[in-house]
Amino acid sequence: MTATVPLRLLVNGERHDISVEPRRTLADALREDCQLTGTHLGCEHGVCGACTVLLDGQPARACLIFAVQCEGVSIRTVEGLSADDENLHPVQQAFWDHHGLQCGFCTPGFLMLAAGTLEEDPERSDEELRDILSSNLCRCTGYQNILAATRAAAAQMRP
Amino acid sequence: MTPRTATTAPADLSAPTSPPAEPPTWTGQPVRRVEDPAILRGWGTFVGDVAARDATCLYAAFVRSPVAAGRIRSITAPPGVRLITATDLAGVRPIAPELKRPDYVRVEMPVLATDVVRFVGEPVALVLAESAALAEDALDSVAVDIEPTPAVLDAAAAVRPDSPLVHDAAFPGDPNTTVDARLTTPGFDAALQSAATVVELEVSCGRQSAMPMEARASHAAVDRGTGRVTLHTATQMPHVVRTGICDCLDLDEDLFRVVAPDVGGAFGAKMSLAREDVALVFLARRLRRNIAWIETREENFLAAWHSREQRYQLTAAFTEDGVLTALGADIVADVGAYSCYPVTFGVEPLMAFAELPGPYTIAEYSVRSRAVLSNKCPIAPYRGVSRPVQTLATERIMDVAARRLGLDPVTIRQRNLVATFPHTTPTGLVLDQASHQEALVEAARQVDLPGFRERQAAARAEGRWLGIGFSCFAERTGYGTPAFAARSMAITPGYERVNMSMDPSGGVVLRIGASPHGQGLRTSLAQLVADKLGLRPEEIRVVHGDTDATPYGWGSFGSRAMVIAGGASSRAADTLRQRLIDIAADQLECAPEDVDLREGQATVRGTGIGRPIKQLARLAHHNSHLLPAGELPSLEVSATYDPGGTFSNACHVAEVEVDELTGAVQITRFLVVEDAGLLVNPAIVDGQVHGGVVQGIANALYEELLYDDRGILVTTSLMDYLPPTLAETPDIEIIHLASVSDATLTGAKGVGEGGTIGAPAAVLNAVSDALSPLGIELTHLPATPSRVRTAIRTAQARLSSEGALR
Ligand code: FES
Ligand code: FES
Repeated sequence: MTATVPLRLLVNGERHDISVEPRRTLADALREDCQLTGTHLGCEHGVCGACTVLLDGQPARACLIFAVQCEGVSIRTVEGLSADDENLHPVQQAFWDHHGLQCGFCTPGFLMLAAGTLEEDPERSDEELRDILSSNLCRCTGYQNILAATRAAAAQMRP
Repeated sequence: MTPRTATTAPADLSAPTSPPAEPPTWTGQPVRRVEDPAILRGWGTFVGDVAARDATCLYAAFVRSPVAAGRIRSITAPPGVRLITATDLAGVRPIAPELKRPDYVRVEMPVLATDVVRFVGEPVALVLAESAALAEDALDSVAVDIEPTPAVLDAAAAVRPDSPLVHDAAFPGDPNTTVDARLTTPGFDAALQSAATVVELEVSCGRQSAMPMEARASHAAVDRGTGRVTLHTATQMPHVVRTGICDCLDLDEDLFRVVAPDVGGAFGAKMSLAREDVALVFLARRLRRNIAWIETREENFLAAWHSREQRYQLTAAFTEDGVLTALGADIVADVGAYSCYPVTFGVEPLMAFAELPGPYTIAEYSVRSRAVLSNKCPIAPYRGVSRPVQTLATERIMDVAARRLGLDPVTIRQRNLVATFPHTTPTGLVLDQASHQEALVEAARQVDLPGFRERQAAARAEGRWLGIGFSCFAERTGYGTPAFAARSMAITPGYERVNMSMDPSGGVVLRIGASPHGQGLRTSLAQLVADKLGLRPEEIRVVHGDTDATPYGWGSFGSRAMVIAGGASSRAADTLRQRLIDIAADQLECAPEDVDLREGQATVRGTGIGRPIKQLARLAHHNSHLLPAGELPSLEVSATYDPGGTFSNACHVAEVEVDELTGAVQITRFLVVEDAGLLVNPAIVDGQVHGGVVQGIANALYEELLYDDRGILVTTSLMDYLPPTLAETPDIEIIHLASVSDATLTGAKGVGEGGTIGAPAAVLNAVSDALSPLGIELTHLPATPSRVRTAIRTAQARLSSEGALR
């Protein structure tokens, strides 16, 4: 099972013309074919959320979707979160300010989850934020500062 | 125990100076971490990233035993599959860690199983392919024929005379018993006989996985010209990995480099030598190819070390007033099939042996503590090691005794907690200045125990089950060589060493032997050093995790890095500070005592006169002929620190509500009053407490690795093994106390494990308190909903049949 198919992915506004096996997950295609290694793999079975990316703005598990399903979809990864190398996205800034990461392995997933959620609706209630952040696993932080950071980012992003 | 310290520097400058008199600028501040910006942008480098960036590397996938015990008949693969079995690794030595104790039974762990398999998940072969996916395909094509033999799955059965043996070894005592430590203090029997009441209790804990979010991963790269291999691996102790692999391969250590890049959590699970890594390095050298191995989550559950499975049979003698006079314990740790390198499978039982009395003034102690083999995944350290279960033991005893004696949980603990220091425990440990009593009193004040009892009574009247649980403990941290030597380890860890240099531009590089994996040590050490040198933390670059770039060290484990690497860094900074001051004094023509280093300047106190530190750095390198007589060129110092150890302490309080119908436990409040001495970076300390507590809650209520009756692990995915999400996590309140102890150089005590140690007992005490009208005392971790529900149903049935009889 090694036949590859050509594929054009649109990641963080850039085109990546790659060639992958149909069975290749989006996560592997991003990490290996696009060399965007910020998206992490913690379980490869859809539970931990470390691989969360935004597909047309919606958080999705990149380990549970094939790369070939993503042609024509706007993909956003942690590398594309901030507008440039100087500034941080409000969610990134808040995670830094509130010590929202320790080892950082889960962090890209949480950042994409929080960014996707808050960009869609920064007015979400605290209960909704708790609920949404419960989608992903972190083993280091005990979630306290991830929640604090997400709340702070929400406050920042409200119009 | 006197701390052992040593500083090397030009001889006349080795005496440390007193720290700057002014309050520190950076130490004690919640400085944002220097580690974060790269990771936040997705620019970190984890081992998997190293592999993903290497288009040329082969991928290894390990063929693992599907049976718990058996003899290998054959391992075959279709043509075209690159299969490597034990035969191909001829000459590679097994991993065989040692304790120099008469009761220790040495067992060997071959890199790949040779004739015999001893647990489900044990590597028996590996395949190599051009990609991870192709390696997985190849794995599926391998046929393994193993003749099953009787498996040992239960520690109680394992020690019976007729038990099958996990290893054909000479057991001086009971079968399968590899460590058997005993001690009884002279007055134990008398104390037991004169007791007003004796509490007998059995507590136990299931198997838990440390479950770092990054599973294990390694990438061995070979320099074709020299044959030298660089292994990037997710480890807590790169130097020890280098030694261990070189010992297996009979290799000089300079021919091999180990790098721990960003490590995605570890918690103890990445501090033992992986047999997979030995195979990778051997094959990379043999084939002159780069080889990567990225462990799957399933493999991580199957084979990446388990922890915690142990059982304590306890006898506790109390006076009428609730003073615990004697504690007896028979401890059995099910350590699985092999011994972990370097700390050995003695780690859980021997820590329990030494530390069970905890923060209590128990005068008489009798203990037997055993390591017993089984056909299960080997155990290795996991955050807290045996102390979560030790604390469960003492804290459950306190609550059971309190109920029996009509005392409240605070009073009984107050009557037993150590209050004067130093305090020597029955096993000879010395508790340094701490705040056991104060932490308990503060916790009780915060939660308003009388007020809680009123709410509890009102809730009970409505048929709701609320409970409160306290948990006090002493967390031994920052212990150096003397503590490990007392454990008779053939490889005796302990000291940490650092090299510090200032370059001509005034930049400081601090190279440490310790190797953090998410704790933010670069930031904390930079804060300490910045204060000593009058610089900003971002001007101090901390280098770690590369055996080519750092002094030999033991890594990060046992809540030691801040204490020991911090102490060594502080020592080195004192020496460098003094050198800068001497150079400045010479330049400024004043006495060294009058020079201060602050905000990048060396200034004469009380005057505006000074020199930029950068200028002094340049002078030391480029105009060394202008240095004071006897002063060596350049600015490099080294320091070592090797303390006896210190004890942090804490009191945890959990409030819970138990659902009678489902047995589900909701934690409604969680309070930590903790004392880790001086906090270098309070934000980082709080983060350690948060993460630890949630892992402790996981141990209390959710996580358990389960084997079926054939020894097959059934919890091999995150659908079966259930770490808490935010939804299961309460808000965690933290109050800091700060004892001033001279047991560490900086005043900082370790803090990495406390959360995990205290939380399980607090939660089980709270659940037992909630269910006390039913006479329920929970004693097993985790108290899953089904276990709690069963306890409720059984108690209700008993009560109603007793009622019927009356
Ligand atoms: S790696 Fe995709 S959910 Fe865990
Ligand atoms: S920061 Fe380590 S897993 Fe979340």
